[in-house]
Amino acid sequence: MIEIKHVSKRFGKLEVLNDVNLEMNRGECIALIGPNGCGKTTLIKSILGMVVPNSGEILFQGKSIAKQHDYRQHIGYMPQIGRYPDNMSIGQILNMMKDIRGFQGGYDEELFRCFELEGMSNKKMRTLSGGTTQKVSATLAFLFRPEVLILDEPTAGLDPIASEWLKEKIIREKEKQKLILITSHLLSELDDLITQIIFMQDGQVRFHKPVDVLLAETGEQKIAKAIAYYLKRNTL
Amino acid sequence: MNKVIKFIVLDILKNKFVVIYTFILLILSWSVFSLENNFTKGLLSLLNIILLIVPMVAILFSTIYMYNSSEFIELLLGQPIKRKKIWMSMYIGLLISMTSAFLIGAGIPIILFAFSSVGLMMLVTGCLITIIFVSLAMLASILMRDKAKGIGLSMMIWLFFSLMFDGLVLFLLFQFSDYPIEKAMIGLSFLNPIGLSRILILLQLDVSALMGYTGAIFKDFFGTSMGVIISFLCLLCWAIIPFLISLSRFNRKDL
Repeated sequence: MIEIKHVSKRFGKLEVLNDVNLEMNRGECIALIGPNGCGKTTLIKSILGMVVPNSGEILFQGKSIAKQHDYRQHIGYMPQIGRYPDNMSIGQILNMMKDIRGFQGGYDEELFRCFELEGMSNKKMRTLSGGTTQKVSATLAFLFRPEVLILDEPTAGLDPIASEWLKEKIIREKEKQKLILITSHLLSELDDLITQIIFMQDGQVRFHKPVDVLLAETGEQKIAKAIAYYLKRNTL
Repeated sequence: MNKVIKFIVLDILKNKFVVIYTFILLILSWSVFSLENNFTKGLLSLLNIILLIVPMVAILFSTIYMYNSSEFIELLLGQPIKRKKIWMSMYIGLLISMTSAFLIGAGIPIILFAFSSVGLMMLVTGCLITIIFVSLAMLASILMRDKAKGIGLSMMIWLFFSLMFDGLVLFLLFQFSDYPIEKAMIGLSFLNPIGLSRILILLQLDVSALMGYTGAIFKDFFGTSMGVIISFLCLLCWAIIPFLISLSRFNRKDL
């Protein structure tokens, strides 16, 4: 569904992405992991067209995304730090997005209900806590029933209950044969969610493997341990 | 795109700053016309106020608004909307609110007290000046990532065109006073949209007779319909070119 071919990106002298090649398909739930500053967010932003790569191309359903915008209607994006106009309320933000999208066919307001945002819909965005802002971001990402979900650190800042709701929601969407791409540092959270792992380091993809293959190779039960094992073996 | 423009205009109106600006313009121009019994005198006083305040408010408000909307722009970028459209909507939204503030604030008194060719010229150039400085504000906000630097650059642009440019021209005039530089002065005046607007309005009044030989040369050029058309085209370029540069920069920007 999404193909990334030889994508490189430099910010000044800093090489953030270095010849990244990836293929992601429908029905997969992929964890994008790696140390801070390894280029995860830049890769996600390149897929969304917010960052323009220096070279290489990104294909969405077989078509290059360069200078395109329509493909974004199939993507729900939840940013790491959601930034919203300060003087708009939650309700206004949601209505504005609905109005701008002009989406036909039933909004997915499940998270809106689960997170109990209804009672807060008159609250201004600047008065919200980090966690509530994350809830708004998550609601927006799922609202238009997109085929691809890109979630950048989705559970960071959410309380345990909300985070559980979100995980269950992700699992349900995965079963609908959607492509889900998650970045996270909390490896233990990912155990029952994901089917594939992409490990990035210094702007390069170290490996891209199905979870069961990785576990079998390392002989571990948990993803976190498998990754740790892999890293140790690599450095030794 | 219209929906985005609608949101921007509503957001600016909610800000109340534009409403206050409209009232201040209204009070200023109303009092100027009430003080003078001759509307030409009133227009002349109003000219100086408008050429100082309108560009300043237009450029500072637009720059600050652009920086404050960075979240909004970021939010829209993840949506299926063309980048070009986002930037153009910001421009058009700012234009609509700033020019309507000017048209209500200065337009109503001018039409009531001084409905004449000079009054109309003042309204048209006032609108153009607003558009030009909104466009320069968009350029300043894309050139500088940092808000404080961006606002500083905007203030420098405004200071340059409203004060420093005239000083430079005077300096050149004195330095080269032995040479026939009147024609060159016409060329130089195209480089400053505020100065150009002032000349256009002054030549509609008959005070150009007071400006001596240079005034006569100016009258020869700017007094003809050809000269007026060329000046307006030049003002339009000032309104469009900075915006186009900012647009192409925004298209390549990483966010």
